[in-house]
Amino acid sequence: MTAESNITQITFNVNGQFNTVIIEPGEMLVDVLRKKLGLTGTKVGCNEAECGACTVLINGEPILSCTFPAAKASGKEIITIEGLESDGVLHPLQEAFILHGAVQCGFCIPGQIMTAAGLLRNNSNPSRDDIRSALKDTLCRCGGYPGIEAAILAAAEAIRTGGKVPNPAIPLAKSPQNFVGKVIVRPDAREKVTGKAKYSDDLSFTGMLFGKTKRAGVPHAIIKKIDTTRAREAPGVIAVMTADDIPGDHWHGLVVKDWPVMVGVGERVRYVGDAVAIVAAETEDIATQALELIEIEYDLQPVIKDAVQARNSEISLHPSGNLLKHIKVRKGDVLRGFEESEVVIEYTFHTVATDHAFLEPECSIARMSDDGRMEVYVGSQIAYADRKQVAAALGWAEERVRIIGMLIGGGFGGKEDIMGQIHSALLAWKTGKPVKILYDRNESLIVHPKRHATQIRVKIGARKTGELVAVETELYGDTGAYASLGEKVLTRATTHSSGPYQMPNAKADCYAMYTNNPPAGAFRGFGVTQSAFAVESMMDILAEKIGIDPIELRKKNALRVGSITNTGQTLRDSVGLMECIERVESEMNHLCGNGEPFLARESGDHCVRAWGFSVAYKNTGLGGGAPDISTAEVEMFPSGKFEVRTSSAEIGQGLVTVLQLITAEELGVPTEKVSVLLSDTDLTPDGGPTTASRQTYVSGNAARYAANAMKQKLKAFLSEKHDLSPDLIVFEDGKVFLQEKELSMVEVAEELLAENQSLKVSFRYEAPQTRPLGEGGDMHFAFSFAAQAAEVEVNKITGEVQVLRIISAIDVGSAINPLGLRGQIEGGVMMGIGNALTENFITENGVVVTDRLARYRIPGIALTPEIIPIVVEHPVSTGPFGAKGVGEIVSIPTTPAITNAIYNAVGVRIFQLPVDQEVIALSIRDNEGKA
Amino acid sequence: MTNWNCYFVPESIDKALDLLTNAQGTSCIIAGGTDLLLEIAQGRHQKVDNLVDINKIPELQIIKIHEECLIIGSAVSLRRLAESNEVRQHAPALMDACGLIAGPQVRNVATLGGNVCHALPAADGMIALMAIQPTLRIANSKSEREVKLQELFKGPGESTLARDEIAIQFKLPLRKAGQASAFSRIMRPQGVALPILNLAVWLERKGDLVSNCRIAVGPSGPVPSLSTLAAEKIIGKIPSSEVLEECAVAILAQAKYRSSPRRATADYRKHITKILLQDVFDKAWQRSLEVQE
Repeated sequence: MTAESNITQITFNVNGQFNTVIIEPGEMLVDVLRKKLGLTGTKVGCNEAECGACTVLINGEPILSCTFPAAKASGKEIITIEGLESDGVLHPLQEAFILHGAVQCGFCIPGQIMTAAGLLRNNSNPSRDDIRSALKDTLCRCGGYPGIEAAILAAAEAIRTGGKVPNPAIPLAKSPQNFVGKVIVRPDAREKVTGKAKYSDDLSFTGMLFGKTKRAGVPHAIIKKIDTTRAREAPGVIAVMTADDIPGDHWHGLVVKDWPVMVGVGERVRYVGDAVAIVAAETEDIATQALELIEIEYDLQPVIKDAVQARNSEISLHPSGNLLKHIKVRKGDVLRGFEESEVVIEYTFHTVATDHAFLEPECSIARMSDDGRMEVYVGSQIAYADRKQVAAALGWAEERVRIIGMLIGGGFGGKEDIMGQIHSALLAWKTGKPVKILYDRNESLIVHPKRHATQIRVKIGARKTGELVAVETELYGDTGAYASLGEKVLTRATTHSSGPYQMPNAKADCYAMYTNNPPAGAFRGFGVTQSAFAVESMMDILAEKIGIDPIELRKKNALRVGSITNTGQTLRDSVGLMECIERVESEMNHLCGNGEPFLARESGDHCVRAWGFSVAYKNTGLGGGAPDISTAEVEMFPSGKFEVRTSSAEIGQGLVTVLQLITAEELGVPTEKVSVLLSDTDLTPDGGPTTASRQTYVSGNAARYAANAMKQKLKAFLSEKHDLSPDLIVFEDGKVFLQEKELSMVEVAEELLAENQSLKVSFRYEAPQTRPLGEGGDMHFAFSFAAQAAEVEVNKITGEVQVLRIISAIDVGSAINPLGLRGQIEGGVMMGIGNALTENFITENGVVVTDRLARYRIPGIALTPEIIPIVVEHPVSTGPFGAKGVGEIVSIPTTPAITNAIYNAVGVRIFQLPVDQEVIALSIRDNEGKA
Repeated sequence: MTNWNCYFVPESIDKALDLLTNAQGTSCIIAGGTDLLLEIAQGRHQKVDNLVDINKIPELQIIKIHEECLIIGSAVSLRRLAESNEVRQHAPALMDACGLIAGPQVRNVATLGGNVCHALPAADGMIALMAIQPTLRIANSKSEREVKLQELFKGPGESTLARDEIAIQFKLPLRKAGQASAFSRIMRPQGVALPILNLAVWLERKGDLVSNCRIAVGPSGPVPSLSTLAAEKIIGKIPSSEVLEECAVAILAQAKYRSSPRRATADYRKHITKILLQDVFDKAWQRSLEVQE
């Protein structure tokens, strides 16, 4: 035996305090910090040393705490995000992150700040390159890198000078109001930069159990037998449930109930992530080990790998077959259109599945309340849909379930479908104890719905002068094992497949197919990301073929006020596409200097540069005849403060700021007097799903009308009480002016309370009615528009592509929240760069290859180009202060702008995403060989 | 999951060797652990009962010049190497490589010993060292041995280190007037962050001629090796595009490039060899003009 002893206890200094902690075998530092010391500001995004969210300072150096054995921390000095603040005074980095809008969903922010803190300790005057190399592997999925970089530079300046953190230069809206359209920091930013913000996994309850899900692991099979005996008998296992134990509905789904809560014996497994059993145990380790003890026998079935195969296959994955929906767009007569065309081109494009890779993996905690209800704590994009689906599985009335929203570490559409919520509720019901289900990155990647992989064939006919005459598109969309929002997503892909152009003749057919891949559903861009890549590539191909400038071609055909879309909708207002095109064009020409942005320019060492151009449009709201409703409530407190409430979700996009600004504006009170409460089905009325770029418009309107109703109510009351016409009562500067007299809001509240008046109003806003596809008329109540230009540098030998600059002009109606809007524009570009260059969710025969973040790469700060945002404001008459959707349009044109730029640089047309440098390199070589 | 049972932090080589030999159950050395811990957590490593952490052993943490050699402890972090004046002076290729591996947080804990002893065919630090040709001091509880770097490799991911041995120090020749080295690599933005191709050059210059040269390319076979044929093409010549072209052809003749799914085809690797060679050679050639301290 040896004299050396195993380390079972460590003493170390954390944030200035000495701690002695007993450690478990195999324990990592992050678990000691989060679970034993309660320092939940340090986040776990991947647990595989890829994302940087868990960065802490160890003896002054930034280190990943997820892969740092706790034993090794003995004697070390650790600083976490909680240790940066001193006596309530924020560290300049924290201050700067707030001011510069670097905080969005906030999940990565502790890691970003700690990594930056490590840099600034050694270098108080960092260059942009220093920052980029220090933050190289600290990922932000909101794509807030420009804001992060600016914040670090500002903080460094404050540290050097000992002065205040300098403010960013953010232009206001065209017509700023008192609050709306001005630069206001996020109400939740402070808690997000100090580590106090609570995401689901930061919460824990006494006696809480840990749930785990047994996944099928095979893409297609019939289950012959499930044996859970050994798992049930394992010490520490409290409950094991299979489909037989579900008291209520066995199926869930946002639109079609085709997704089994668990797959039972005799039933069909349709993808590797299907749940077969769930386990609750005293610890996470016991639960994980118990999964290994569950024995399942499968009768394996042939695997359907893609949408085209699904359409031709005799195997039926669902009782209805493999076709979820055949979606059709018909306008005019394309056959005649092609006959009349002088030029006709036709190409096929392929896009792959991609993953949201929100840095916060799915987590939910369910517990029975004392009065026999089920409470589920979760970060969800659709709280009321969660409630409905959880209640259905329990076989309960919906009201017996309460969804309590936690902060959400990124959504992007990926937190619309229910994930562990039903399972944690079933286990909490079964055991009577709180149950937490936290997915690790591996499970998150395998299980939740993706962006649809598509095959898109486009045929365009035009005149030699550039006028488009006809377009025919055929799309295959792989919606995977279950419908999710597949039909809606692919409808959007189809209706937008001829681009934002006036098109006399259009025909589009889309086959939304079930396969044995992980389901595909909502993902920022909602189908339009895919079809925009196809049609915008086609526009450049067409421009070259007929010898016209690609911008000129787009201008000639661009939608404008009065145009009729391919679904038969007349656009009556708010069509800022032309201005977007012109502003990007002018900025690009200015930056390019030589007037030939689309011509390749040598840039030394085998590299060439060129610009590429693209445009896009995207609907705001659900559309297609679906009622689009949001209810908001405004309450006045005796303190004279107000709270606005709706169940809509804050996923980083800035809805909290938008609702705060709008409510403050209507009531004439400062923003700090307005709090925002979201995502609680007991406390907040239904704001509808946080999807389709709809919240600023729909819930913004609901909040505005609710605040206005509050104002009218107060006016009516004060008018009667003070015998004054309501018209003479003015709300301003947080006070109410009654001609001679002024009342503070506290006094107003007191007067109301004295007469037992309710201090709450609510408003149910219903957006203008829309019509289903195929019926003509208004399919959507608003569209947002965008143009982008990308400058790339391509290495002609290696094929490597670097995006240098992106100009992005977005018609948002009006800019309610300019600071948040900046973050959305920059983050949209970053997600577009990922879609174009890095992201590829790979399955092989239904089995997920990219099952770790190490294999699925999202853009880091090193891939961040200079982003030049341009806000274009063509107000929509029905929007709050003229605003319409922002969240998705910002990302859609980026991919084709980049691929068009690549073509302009080296003559290689990209037909398949993501861009492959090998394909570029070998195509250049082969082309030169031919020449 | 319980990834290991016991974690030891011995403070001397003897104690570490004692643990490797005598601790109950299977034992494994851990330095930075940046690869090892993930392999264990993701079930890609055989079961480990004991981790023997070698970071606190002084001999393994040194960077010093001793008897005409640069001594680098196997547990020195990549960040220290990337920032070390001695390394910049005497092994610039190694400095290049250590600054490129992973990200800053990982470089703060990952070690050169780990990078090399993992024996992957394209580890950046290892390819840089191949061109520099150090020796490696290895100890077990009974004796010590010193091996040339390439003698360490048995197969992909397989080294000749025995389970009871510890790699202690790398011994690099000091750089003399006219000598220089450089390293670079080509990556892709998708998928695993492994180089498609990496390459290191060590050279000695006499006037306008290359008087000596070593070139290492990864991944060019199951174990790392030097492109001796390529070096022969350039030794004794004045470097030019034509000479480097011949040199690249010679690399291709000797290298056993493979197509790795989702990373690169052999065809692409061949295609980019010349440009990478040119790039790295130019950098080394420039450095050979640097005034010697």
